[in-house]
Formats: sequence, C-alpha cells, structure tokens
Amino acid sequence: MTLFILKRLAQIIPVTLGVTLVVFLIMQMIPGDPAIILAGEGASTETVEELRENLGLNKPLYVQYGEYVNDLLHGDMGHSLKNKQPVLEEIATRLPITIELAFYSILITIVLGLIAGIISAIRPYSIIDASFMVVALLGISLPSFWLGILLMYVFSVQLQWLPVAGWDSAKHIILPAITLGAGGAAIVARMTRSSMLDVVNQDYIRTAKAKGLKGYVIIAKHALRNALIPVITVVGLQFGSLLGGTVLVESVFAVNGLGRMIVDAIRTRDIPVVQGGVLVASLIFVVINLAVDIMYRLFNKRIDLN
Amino acid sequence: MEKITLTVDHSILTNARKAARKKNRARFMNKMKKNKAAVAGGIIIALYLLIFLIGPLLAPYDPYDVQLEQKLQAPSLEHLMGTDDKGRDIFSRILYGSRLSIGVGFSAVLFGGTIGTILGLIAGYYGKWIDSIISRILDIMLAFPGILLALAIVSALGPSLINVTIAVGFFSIPMFARIVRGSTMEVKKLEYIDAVKTLGANDFTILAKHVFPNILSPIIVQASMRLATAILSAAGLSFLGLGAQPPSPEWGAMLSSGRDFIFTAPYMAMFPGIMISILVLGFNLFGDGLRDALDPRMKN
Repeated sequence: MTLFILKRLAQIIPVTLGVTLVVFLIMQMIPGDPAIILAGEGASTETVEELRENLGLNKPLYVQYGEYVNDLLHGDMGHSLKNKQPVLEEIATRLPITIELAFYSILITIVLGLIAGIISAIRPYSIIDASFMVVALLGISLPSFWLGILLMYVFSVQLQWLPVAGWDSAKHIILPAITLGAGGAAIVARMTRSSMLDVVNQDYIRTAKAKGLKGYVIIAKHALRNALIPVITVVGLQFGSLLGGTVLVESVFAVNGLGRMIVDAIRTRDIPVVQGGVLVASLIFVVINLAVDIMYRLFNKRIDLN
Repeated sequence: MEKITLTVDHSILTNARKAARKKNRARFMNKMKKNKAAVAGGIIIALYLLIFLIGPLLAPYDPYDVQLEQKLQAPSLEHLMGTDDKGRDIFSRILYGSRLSIGVGFSAVLFGGTIGTILGLIAGYYGKWIDSIISRILDIMLAFPGILLALAIVSALGPSLINVTIAVGFFSIPMFARIVRGSTMEVKKLEYIDAVKTLGANDFTILAKHVFPNILSPIIVQASMRLATAILSAAGLSFLGLGAQPPSPEWGAMLSSGRDFIFTAPYMAMFPGIMISILVLGFNLFGDGLRDALDPRMKN
C-alpha cells in the first residue's frame, strides 16, 4: 500500500509540471503581442516596453517557463494587472469561500445521491424508483446556471425564504450549495442504484438472505459496502465538475469565490489572475484525484492498481 | 494435363459483407427501438434538428429588431414567449438561436472528436514512446476540471462563440483519445490486421480503412454523450459573457440577460433554460440507449 501511494505521488509530479506548463502557455496563446494587450489599449510605448521587461517577455520561452516555475515554488504567482495586488493574496481570500461552497455541495451530492440510489435499488422498477430516476435524469440535464436561477426565483423572489445573492450567512449558502450539488447527486444516485442492483444479484447476498439475516443488515453490511466501490470513483470525479461548476454558480449567486475571481479576471483580461486561479483549482483537482485513487484502493483490495 | 484456374467470385464476398452489415444494423435498430428512453431521446433530438434547419423560416419576427415600446411583455398569442428588455420577440430569438447553440455543440464535438480520434489511433497503433508521450499529454489535459481549461483558453483567445467552440472542443480531446487508444490496441491484435499488413498495406491505409471502421461504435457513443456536455459548457460560457456576444440570440447568452430581470420578467430566463435542458435531456437519453446497444461494456 505504501509503495502504491509513493508511486502514485511520483506520478503526480510530471502531471503537476504539465499543468504549470499549460497555464504558462495561456499567456503565449494570446494572439498578437501579449505586452500590448496586457498593458491595455492606448498604453504608451514606454509602458509596453516596461511591462515586457518586467514580465520577461524578451527572453526565450524555456527561460520564461523556468522563471515562472521558480516563482511559483517561491509562492509568487505574479501581480494582478488591475489592482497590482499579489495574485496569491487574492486567491487566499477567495479560496476559503469556494472550499466552503464545494464542501456543502459535495455533502448534498453524497447524501442525496446515496439515499435516492439506495431507495431506488431496494424497490427497483417501482413508482418511487421511477420517479427518483426521472428526477435524477433531470438533475443531469438541467444546466446549473439555470437551476440556480429557478431556485432563486422560487425561494428568493416568490417565497422570499432565502436571500437572492451574496455570502454573508448560513442562509446564503443553501441555494448555491443545492445548485452545485444537484447534478452530482443525480449521477451518484444513478450509479448507486445500478451498482446496488449488480451487487444484490451476487451469490453472497443470496447466502446472507438464506442465513435469515434481516433486510437492512444485508443492505448495510453486505450490499452497500461493495456497491460503494464504483460510487467512490464517481464522487471523486464529481469534484472536478464541482470545481468547474463553482465558476458558474458563484457567478449566478454573486459569491466572491475563486470561480468568480477567474471569470471577472477574464472579462478584464487580467491574465496573471486567470493563470493563478486556474492553476490553484487544477492542482486541487490533481490532489483530490490522488486521494480518490488511494481511497478506491483501500475500499477494494482485490484491485491491483499497480 | 488439364489446366486449373482458380477464380474467386468477389460478388459472393461483397454480398456476404453486405448481408452481415445489414444484420448488424437490424440488430442495432431492434435494440434501440426496444429502449423507450432512447426513442424519446431520438425524437427530441430530431425535433431540435428540425428547429435547427427550418426554425428561422418559422420565426414570426426579426430576432434583432429592437422595439423599445414593446419591451418586457409577458407571453401572449402575439409574442408566444414574450418580449425581452429591448422589445425583441423571445420566440423568434429562440428559433434563430438554435443554430448557434446546437451548432456550437456539434462543431466542438466534431473538433475534439477528430483530433482525439487521430491521437488515439496513433497512440494505440504505434504504442511504445509515441503512446507514452501522447498518454502523458492526455493525463495533463485531464488534470484540469473541464470548463476551467475552456475558461483558460477563452481568456487567452478572447471572448467569442468561435473561441468557445475551440475551447470546448479542446477539452473533449482526451475523452475521445483515451477510448480510441484502447479500442485501437484491441483491434490491432486481430488477425485480419496481420493479413492486411502481409498484403503490403501501409500504416495510413490500415488505420483509416481497417482499424477506424471497427472502432466506430465507441466513438459514436462517446460523441453522443459529449454533445450534452459540449452544449451545456458552451451555453455556460456564453452565460458568463465569454461566448456569444450581444445581441446574439445564443440561448446561454439569452439566459444570462434574463437573469437581470428575474423579478420583473422571469420568462426571459425560463424559455432559453427550458430549450437547453430538453436538448441536453434528449442527448442523455439517446446516448444511454446508444451505449447499451452499441457498446454495453461502457455501461460502468
């Protein structure tokens, strides 16, 4: 197991370097002269030259990349072109909000998804199962940004139970967390159902039934434990779309998290902030994937991931 | 001595191949027909394609025509889906916008699918260091949460619908490449590939004529699944103001402008949202059915 973890850790080094390379190349993809674009329209030639010098755009590409990685290792992600603040500081204030949102969303994804999936699997092809699965299908198909607006319309505009936007109290968290977690819950519900149905047809479940064990004991002790293995992978994969989803949901509910920071930075073409935001979000994703792989291994000892 | 001539009647082979193909097609159609959800999905997609083709001809008004005196009118017989904040007919805009929203999804999947398939074929067929390099690049692409990679690309190229198509297509590349790579590795081990090689066919002919047609099923299944994601992502980027720009009637962009009027004119955001959701639902239903019929191994 330790060997597996070490191997897996070693694997993420090239991936992480690759991620930094892609993020670095974003700057190079800008059509035309990045210095002119970054300096903004109407900037004087001196300003453009100064910027070019500061950003090291005169140097060869590999030198620029080396310096970029070196800066990153020293915690320097550059400065925002708009407010001149260090990008890392900006991220440090925004990231906790996004993590909080992601935490509650994944909680909704797991709890709702598992409950719906298990109930559906216990009573397959019943009305409850059918209605859960229809709702799950809708959950997968509704764009999160539209679901957010719908929830906002019902609970904030019509019923006036919850605030429209912002991030000041517990009440503010409810709608964005449901919006972000719903799609994942739908996927987890479908996965749990099909996985449970696969498991309940196995011989050892029949044996458990023959032994006279009670239904809930069979479900909780025997079926669920094995059915959960593929579900863990799905939950892990959901983290990725969840991180991406924060971009949209934070924009809908005017939450000042990392996602909204990236979108605002794109609008103002504040490339260092975009680079920093995308890099941090992707690195979090890489770490989560690693954790999921390890958990998968712990839960399923039969599978040799080496 | 009697001279022996060996003649092969090619028509027999051709007919046998045709018959096998026909049988496969019939089996596939049978499976699809039995799957009610897939049929429903297929009907939804067909209806949208119809809107895509003839929608603009049916539009009662000019989708760009600003009539400020008619602004924010609730749905009525005159304006089936009401009017927006500039007095434009929402129904007409939805019909025109279908070409943008559906078109972006298809173009992005075509773009990502083509590049992904080529990369997957090369990696799977040649293996060794070529496979290693391509696989590592794919790993890196998969290390980004999809829409974030698209955001990063749009941030560099600038907001526009074409750039959104490129960005969304780009993050579909690894999904196609992985599946094609795996399938190619399986197919290249088959005997008939050895036979074709012995006959002197070059790599391009083998890949294009003999490997590719045999791995079409997983590619089609993947494409149908990716279409839903591509349409959602493209609409999402336009919603954020990074794709279609005003006054374009792209559905995501329409939804975005509708959000500002949720208190006074909620229908402005409702109709584009419904259109996107039903379309994505159609692709999800159809994609599930297609997967079960063509490639049941992908189920889990």
